[in-house]
Amino acid sequence: MSVDHKGQIGDVLLEMRGIVIDGYSDDRWHEIIKGVDVVLKRGEIMGVIGESGAGKSTLGLAAMGFAQPGCKINGGSIIFDGIDLMKASEDEKCKLRGSRIAYVAQSASASFNPAHRLIDQTIESAVRHGIMPENEAKADARKLYRDLQLPDPDSIGERYPHQVSGGQLQRVMTAMAMSPRPDLIIFDEPTTALDVTTQVEVLAAMREIVENYNTAAIYITHDLAVVAQMADVIKVLRYGETVEDADTRKMLTNPEKEYTQSLWSVRSIVKEEEVSQDIVLKVDRVDASYTGSVKVLDDVTIEVPRGHTVAVVGESGSGKSTAARAITGLLPPSKGQILFNGEPLPPALKDRSIEQLQKIQMIYQMADTAMNPRHTVRDIIGRPLEFYLGLRGKERDQRLLELLNMIELDDSFIDRLPAELSGGQKQRICIARALAANPDLIICDEVTSALDQIVQKGILQLLLRLQEEFGLTYIFITHDIATVKAISDQIVVMLEGRVVEQGMKSEILAPPYPDYTKLLLSSVPEMDPDWLTGLLKERAKEQPPV
Amino acid sequence: MSNGAEEGYSAAGEVGLLRTRRSLRANIWRGLKSAPPTALFGMTIISIYVFFALFAPLLAPHGEAEIFPIAYAPWGEEFLFGTDQLGRDVLSRLIYGARNTVGIAVATTLLAFLIGGSLGITAAISLGWVDNLISRAVDVLMAIPSLIFALILISIFGATVPNLIIIIAVLDATRVFRISRAVSLNVVVMDYVEAAKLRGEGLGWIMRREILPNIMPPLIAEFGLRFCFVFLTIAALSFLGVGIQPPTADWGSMVRENAGLIQFAEYDITAALTPMLPAAAIALLTVAVNFVVDWFLHKSSGLRDEH
Repeated sequence: MSVDHKGQIGDVLLEMRGIVIDGYSDDRWHEIIKGVDVVLKRGEIMGVIGESGAGKSTLGLAAMGFAQPGCKINGGSIIFDGIDLMKASEDEKCKLRGSRIAYVAQSASASFNPAHRLIDQTIESAVRHGIMPENEAKADARKLYRDLQLPDPDSIGERYPHQVSGGQLQRVMTAMAMSPRPDLIIFDEPTTALDVTTQVEVLAAMREIVENYNTAAIYITHDLAVVAQMADVIKVLRYGETVEDADTRKMLTNPEKEYTQSLWSVRSIVKEEEVSQDIVLKVDRVDASYTGSVKVLDDVTIEVPRGHTVAVVGESGSGKSTAARAITGLLPPSKGQILFNGEPLPPALKDRSIEQLQKIQMIYQMADTAMNPRHTVRDIIGRPLEFYLGLRGKERDQRLLELLNMIELDDSFIDRLPAELSGGQKQRICIARALAANPDLIICDEVTSALDQIVQKGILQLLLRLQEEFGLTYIFITHDIATVKAISDQIVVMLEGRVVEQGMKSEILAPPYPDYTKLLLSSVPEMDPDWLTGLLKERAKEQPPV
Repeated sequence: MSNGAEEGYSAAGEVGLLRTRRSLRANIWRGLKSAPPTALFGMTIISIYVFFALFAPLLAPHGEAEIFPIAYAPWGEEFLFGTDQLGRDVLSRLIYGARNTVGIAVATTLLAFLIGGSLGITAAISLGWVDNLISRAVDVLMAIPSLIFALILISIFGATVPNLIIIIAVLDATRVFRISRAVSLNVVVMDYVEAAKLRGEGLGWIMRREILPNIMPPLIAEFGLRFCFVFLTIAALSFLGVGIQPPTADWGSMVRENAGLIQFAEYDITAALTPMLPAAAIALLTVAVNFVVDWFLHKSSGLRDEH
């Protein structure tokens, strides 16, 4: 391992003291960060975790002396390797950024210019800052691509951003950040948008390269299991304040604050599985396609027992959501049929009766787009009451309040618009809208994946309670194994439009696994700092590198 | 797992950065306070026009088509802006003109939005052959220069006010169709529209309740612009003699009828100004409406001024 000439391991590289950052919203300035300290040594990786709105990203950007539009750094000191970033001019800061401090954003696809080749973008900052001449930088970029285990490292740089996958693009972005050999990289949720199976590869590649080049890093995420694999130390943020600072191992085994524990709270829900023979919905050998040529669903058979939960898992593009579209009638199957309560459902939505529509309801991943921003809660939940049950006026409002009560919200919410609700509250309203129809079956499409852990837990508990009270049946589409463990009775594993495995939770989650199920299960980060190392070793043993 | 976090957690108390609720009146007042001077100017001018249009019979010193024995009377006490070629009071006709020209323009624009908006939303929801049929029909209409097309149609059907309104509305609806289809396309892909379809809602409900409220801001901005164009088209048609027919007072035909007076500018500047007055009225209203529209577009585009 080479030691950077700029300093020794163990020296303090970045010291932020008493950082106060204000953000402007609603015609007022609010404190977003309230006096946070960050001390980062050379070669050290600090994980910053917290729920959304905790100020993680704002803090990460402040490490570069930068505040987003609408924010301003109002106090404290930021000293990067002896340079005071609070006093430095814009020019001086610009010289640092992209050469000695680099930034890797959450969405790689939004961060690349689609009109330029990857390699030109990778070396841009190194060349512009005069760190390396172009030829040297290109050779170095190819080496970085190889280090990051990108396929075809010598020519992948000649491609355009849309010609590589999301995981590959995220790694190219890491190469771009590494290209000028910075002292510090800030990773802002770099794997959040990726599938679990891809996430593992990207994490491993990023960790290795950061260790090899002895780069310090700030790793921002809301997933504690991910940060456990990367970081030496962890900082937990909440409401712009530090909750806890500790070594990774200590944080995981013995957190001091209750809040820290709540960050992995979904993992604490355990549902006892139940066997049932009463089938409410049967997807019978269904094929479906969008264009006619490529099958998105290929001979899919799924049985859903009444009053229970079937989790459909798989990575993106595996056909999970398409299966839901086929069941709801949005995408009529090209072959096979769907039986509901023993009766075949008409394939197309427009041929189904109101009663059939009423009995199958859907909850979406993004509650933001699932509710009309111009409708109040009263309109949103009240409409199915009017439409299906014919309730009007007082009767309707009475039922509305009951529903709000069921989802643990009080009647002060009745006239709010979606913009006036938090993420978890929005999802609860969507649940109430589905409940209002008195359905037999609710299809939940990734309903918790856009939410923070603690909010996820609340939603899952609510769904479980409602299932118990009303005997609801759920089809739960997700890629998160922790959620599956928490809520399901049965599991369906999908890959490339086919059902790979199907059965009770205990059968699927116990060995022996088919290859894909094993890959999927083993890719879910565990709350153990040695998990990634162990996993990589194990995989290397099974598949010796070519 | 301790229960501490659980006890401390309630859905209703869940923290989120919430927008505080304001009443409609407070919102309007806030909007007015933040309006730039150009928009305030525009709004003032528009209010004055509306005032004159509403109270024309009370405000006008003489009748709309009342003929006095002196044609081309100079500006003076009895006839502030003189009289026209038939001896009608120019000021009175200007005031009544506000009523006719603006009224017909508003009616035409509304009708254009009703036709274009509903077809545009329908096309965006239905897609497929419905969309293709309407869009291609609109393309055909748009391929013919609209003023000439309007001239032809009016010549065929006759220059009555209802014909004028319907013909211009249909031709202008093509533009409204294009914009409402384009903005609706962004809304129909939203999950809440899918949710409404899954619920079994009909086309009308989805159009009115799910889509229309979400495309209002660009449509209102377009309404302002469209209004100007309709207004100018009517004035142009009247100037050409096929628009609003005499004796109804109308600014476009007033310009045409008195246009000859301009050549007397070297002898009497006020006489030359007479045909300019209705032209100026048209110009001022167009500018005022555009000021307001610009401001509204800026607001609805969501561009925030940097703080």
